[in-house]
Amino acid sequence: MATPIIELENVSKQYDDQFAVNNLSLSIPKGEIFGLLGPNGAGKTTTILMMLGLSEPTSGKIRVSGIDSIRRPIEVKRIVGYLPDNLGFYQNMTGLENLLYTAELNNIPKQTARERADYLLEKVNLTESASKKTGKYSRGMKQRLGLADVLMKNPDVVILDEPTLGIDPEGVRELLKMIRKLSEEEGITVLLSSHHLHQVQQICDRVGIFVKGKLLADGNIESLANQLFKEQSFVIHVNASPIDETLIQEIKEIPHVKEAVKTKSGLDVYCKEDVSPAISRSIIDSGASLYQISNKDFGLDEIYHRYFEGREQT
Amino acid sequence: MNMANVKEKLRFNGLGKFMDENRKESAQNDNRQAFMAIVRKEFTDSIRSWRITILLTIILLACFGSLYTAVTAITSTMDSGAAEEFGNDSYLFLQLFTISDGTLPSFITFVGFLGPLFGIALGFDAINSERNRGTLSRLMSQPIPRDYVLNAKFVAALLLNIVLFFSLGFIVMALGILILGIPPTLEEFLRIFSFLILCIVYIAFWLNLGILFSTVFKNSATSALSSIAVWIFFNIFYSMIVQLLSRSIMNPAQLTSMEDVVSRQGTVLNLMRISPNYLFNESTTILLSPSVRSLGPLTMEQASGAVAGPLPLSQSLLLIWPQLTGLIAATLICFAIAYVIFMRQEIRSN
Repeated sequence: MATPIIELENVSKQYDDQFAVNNLSLSIPKGEIFGLLGPNGAGKTTTILMMLGLSEPTSGKIRVSGIDSIRRPIEVKRIVGYLPDNLGFYQNMTGLENLLYTAELNNIPKQTARERADYLLEKVNLTESASKKTGKYSRGMKQRLGLADVLMKNPDVVILDEPTLGIDPEGVRELLKMIRKLSEEEGITVLLSSHHLHQVQQICDRVGIFVKGKLLADGNIESLANQLFKEQSFVIHVNASPIDETLIQEIKEIPHVKEAVKTKSGLDVYCKEDVSPAISRSIIDSGASLYQISNKDFGLDEIYHRYFEGREQT
Repeated sequence: MNMANVKEKLRFNGLGKFMDENRKESAQNDNRQAFMAIVRKEFTDSIRSWRITILLTIILLACFGSLYTAVTAITSTMDSGAAEEFGNDSYLFLQLFTISDGTLPSFITFVGFLGPLFGIALGFDAINSERNRGTLSRLMSQPIPRDYVLNAKFVAALLLNIVLFFSLGFIVMALGILILGIPPTLEEFLRIFSFLILCIVYIAFWLNLGILFSTVFKNSATSALSSIAVWIFFNIFYSMIVQLLSRSIMNPAQLTSMEDVVSRQGTVLNLMRISPNYLFNESTTILLSPSVRSLGPLTMEQASGAVAGPLPLSQSLLLIWPQLTGLIAATLICFAIAYVIFMRQEIRSN
């Protein structure tokens, strides 16, 4: 597990005077599902294209499975499967034909290709539509066919660029389950880019948050929260009435409390440690009635959202 | 977890090793096979596509129409008694391609007209349609060099071109033999053969122009329209513009000597020769009408002492050599520009 299969060292990509990717270093161990998370235009696709050697970095080194992506892109592409964000198929060919064409480009013998295509089509539940023209496929079917297409070459690494884009929730669940299963069964390393936090949260071992060409933090969900919010690790939601200025002032004076913000449904208290007993005591002491007090979970959503809120202000 | 590990190990020891060996072994001929795979796929796509089918039908119809008019024209001339001299030295068989009785244009006119359209139709959406359909990034993520895509598309289109024009030419020849009952001489055959090669080169130029526009413009409609605009410009307007220019160049008031006239005439001719259409027309004239001896003006001195008669094939070829190399050069330039642009382009589809 320790050997990294994808390694990026101080990679930068500059367009004119703007950095699409700025000094990015990242290493992903074998067999991991890594989520690259960031808003649109953060440089996720650029990073992925550079890994595949389809775009040349301005500076830095990229190695996939020990192979230099810049110098030897063809060898990298032999072991990496890439699912682009708005992928398309040759519409006048059937799903099976599309897969066989990919196999041909990878120089897989016809017999093996056919077997593998059948196997993969079954795996992504497309056996029935295999002989249908891809022009008639729905978005979700295309995405699943894309997954099969990526797996045709029997890759060591799979890179999925926004794989869940434009698919209905049920389809997303299915697709994510499939990805998870593939990674477990075939030992494939998966790199997944998305701006959908919930989905990334569901299947990724590790997440990197990527904004404006920079990797802000990486790690699993909990450590991310700690990295990003060293000072305000807890949010306590309070629903009480009446909430007046003196009460807010009192709560702010409780040790470890950083900030108290009045919201529509009550009060959000940001603090370093869990001080909910102290908060509830002061509410009750002030004579107000307490309806609800709860610790807000730091989901990825929250991390993401709060991060960007803070960012815009500064 | 344990089971999975075992499975993984098995996979890596057995299948993995097999795959690795396979990869190494195949790395060498891998590339050529992948290239042929793209060529094959593009070729089938072209044949199956509607626009090529329609163009093919039109070209076939035009071809038979022109054959019919040529045959009627030739037989009527033969009937009118001029057969003696007609058959002897005027390369009767070549006239199948050049002559018409006035109702329909001749074969070369048709080819000169429809050929470029065919080339453009094959090339104008080579790259941008892949980009728009989102297949380009998928294609590029396969282990093939980037230029394979462009090269293979060009080769496939050229192949279709070669097959089409040779079969067309040979069909016309065969029908000509059947209907007229006169076999072609070796020289006539070689002339027709060179003419067909010339057609292919000419169409390859338009094909490459189409490919060039398909790499430059993201929208296939834009690239189709601009290719057709260039074609119309050279077909219709360019000669008009040159004629306008020649009026001032050849202004009688400024002409002083004989040399001056000749050199000015040469300038006008060279201006005309910028147009690929003109190059093609000159070359076909020389190839299919052996009695044409020169493409420029001939002075009396040059003409005196020359034996009136058709040129041998080698001399005709010599005469059009610059035209032929010019056309090939134009073709290559278009392709080179398209190649460079494509190699530097972002693969991302948006």
